[in-house]
Amino acid sequence: MQDRILLTHGSGGRLARELVEKRFLKVLANPLLARLDDSAVFDLSGTLAFTTDSHVVSPIFFPGGDIGRLAVCGTVNDLAMSGAKPLYLSLALIIEEGLTMSELDRVVASIQKAAEEAGVKIITGDTKVVSRGNADRLFINTTGIGVVPEGVNISGSNARPGDKMVLSGNIGDHSIAVLSKREGLSFATDLESDCAPLGSLVAEMLAASSNIHCLRDPTRGGLAATLNEIAGQSGVGIRIEEEKIPVREEVLGACEMLGLDPLYLANEGKLVAVVPAQDAEAVLKAMRVSCYGKEAAIVGEVSAEHPGRVVMKTGLGTSRIIDMLVGDPLPRIC
Amino acid sequence: MRFITEFRSSELAAGLLSQIRLKSRIPARLMEFCGGHTATIFKYGIRQALPATLEMVSGPGCPVCVTANADIDKAIALSQLPGVIITTFGDMLRVPGSRLSLQEAKAGGADVRMVYSTMDALKIANENADKSIVFLGIGFETTAPTIAASILQAKEKGIGNYYVLSLNKLCPPAIRAILDSGEVRLNGLICPGHVSAVIGSHPWGAIAREYHIPCVISGFEPVDILQCVSMLVVQIEKGEARVEIAYRRGVRPEGNLEALKLMEMVFEPAPARWRGIGELPASGLKLRGEYQQFDAELAFDIVTEPACEPEGCICGDILRGTKVPQDCPLFASTCTPEHPVGPCMVSSEGSCSAHYLYGGSLAG
Repeated sequence: MQDRILLTHGSGGRLARELVEKRFLKVLANPLLARLDDSAVFDLSGTLAFTTDSHVVSPIFFPGGDIGRLAVCGTVNDLAMSGAKPLYLSLALIIEEGLTMSELDRVVASIQKAAEEAGVKIITGDTKVVSRGNADRLFINTTGIGVVPEGVNISGSNARPGDKMVLSGNIGDHSIAVLSKREGLSFATDLESDCAPLGSLVAEMLAASSNIHCLRDPTRGGLAATLNEIAGQSGVGIRIEEEKIPVREEVLGACEMLGLDPLYLANEGKLVAVVPAQDAEAVLKAMRVSCYGKEAAIVGEVSAEHPGRVVMKTGLGTSRIIDMLVGDPLPRIC
Repeated sequence: MRFITEFRSSELAAGLLSQIRLKSRIPARLMEFCGGHTATIFKYGIRQALPATLEMVSGPGCPVCVTANADIDKAIALSQLPGVIITTFGDMLRVPGSRLSLQEAKAGGADVRMVYSTMDALKIANENADKSIVFLGIGFETTAPTIAASILQAKEKGIGNYYVLSLNKLCPPAIRAILDSGEVRLNGLICPGHVSAVIGSHPWGAIAREYHIPCVISGFEPVDILQCVSMLVVQIEKGEARVEIAYRRGVRPEGNLEALKLMEMVFEPAPARWRGIGELPASGLKLRGEYQQFDAELAFDIVTEPACEPEGCICGDILRGTKVPQDCPLFASTCTPEHPVGPCMVSSEGSCSAHYLYGGSLAG
């Protein structure tokens, strides 16, 4: 019989304490967390960035990652997209009764590994257990704090006509990797999720140009949603070129099979930067040196025409509007 | 050969486009039957790129769109029965019936599950012996063989709680109905690729001869479509009318004999209701006598109120090619992908959705 999470693990009693000490404190070890007071107390100065994100994914383990890595990277990346250096995270888990201890251990180990990679510490946390059927195995919320370096002013509303759009790499890997393992859909692919913390990539980019206008990570809704958000917030038009957008052949193939469009697929380790034209090459070069931006490419530019809209030049030389995603992308019938 | 990138190549496309521009003299109207083709044509702006001599109209080839409201109502009525789990392909979930969509029925407590294959539906049946699992048999000749395979497997394994609501439709009769009606003058047909992978090219050959209309079977990438259009133009200019296969990597003249055999074993042709076209003889598939135990229509007492169409919606006319989405007073105002009124706005293969998503006019 495997050791499993029971409702009593969330009761606040001895078992709960044991769970925290054995499964979390040991692995995530750091002095701020180890104090086990009701809140983590620490000094911080400067301009702060603060963000929160809840993570649900099915299945919780997928090629190239798991819900733990996702929960760390998601929040770290939201901080990084403000130009901030991510520092501290909170970690709150809602666990469905019956999750095996070995699964929980795998997730916590993965959280620690991702936190190390991202250079952040988990300094406070919470665990709740709900009865079977009231959650889908494991939900994780993380909240993060980071410090924005002086002189950095990054916002979705800063895009200006003439700016270049730089994408950090292939799109769609995460979505297709997760879909490939989903119950009822499994198909064979070597694809792995791109799930990665982008703080160091952003730091390299900022070292190359302190004048980056916008940064966004195209997660849910994909590149299409991200570009539409920037176009809307900044009141500018965005033009991209289909042939310049890096997409793996495997992702194209899976999209064909499932009736999906890579532009609308979620990514967990990619970013889009809007950069003044004169800095674009320098930023691109810096990105390509980082292991998180090897396939980076300039995919388009900001224009004063058609404000609020994103237009793509297709391989045929024609143009079409790229709109936001409506509802869930549903696989087609034939 | 990587099978996708080369069929999106801008050099190949440019070459085909210049051939088409060079050859096309006689004004002609081409219909793409298949919703998958409609989506590609709009996604890549193919209509913008063709010369003025060529007009393209979309046909009824979206399986969700041609499903009559009365049949969607039936599926929803089934979902309300105690102990029934509805399994369906994704596109069907958001299609509005007369009163509700399956998605709304699900939010209201019905057990509706999206599956990617009939085998998954069968697995759900196997795992839920105390429930009745109904698979919504939507689609053309592409999905019918896999549905037939699931029924054969259910019979072989003695799975007694699996049922199919057979709403499958056949493509050639619909095309014939459109040509017979004479409502739209057509000079060439872009014939469906996946359907033809199953049925082969002969049914289109017969249509080409009887109606004296060029028929070319196309794949789904922009280069496929342009090659198909180029072949149609050659036939039109020469006054020929025969079937050709532009989608040779997917379609053989005889079709997929294994798939056809499965279909033939389990189904027989039956009249079917098509949205916008009405009832057509021998245009649908019903379960043969020996497989009646799997027929949801017979196994359940399905009670529905009379079906009604949403006021002002012209999906029916659009499916016949007699009107375009912009003719509809609801298009892009009351009817949007977020709040679809008619089915053509729901499916990724629907004309209205393609026009809405990709058809916005922008210079350059």
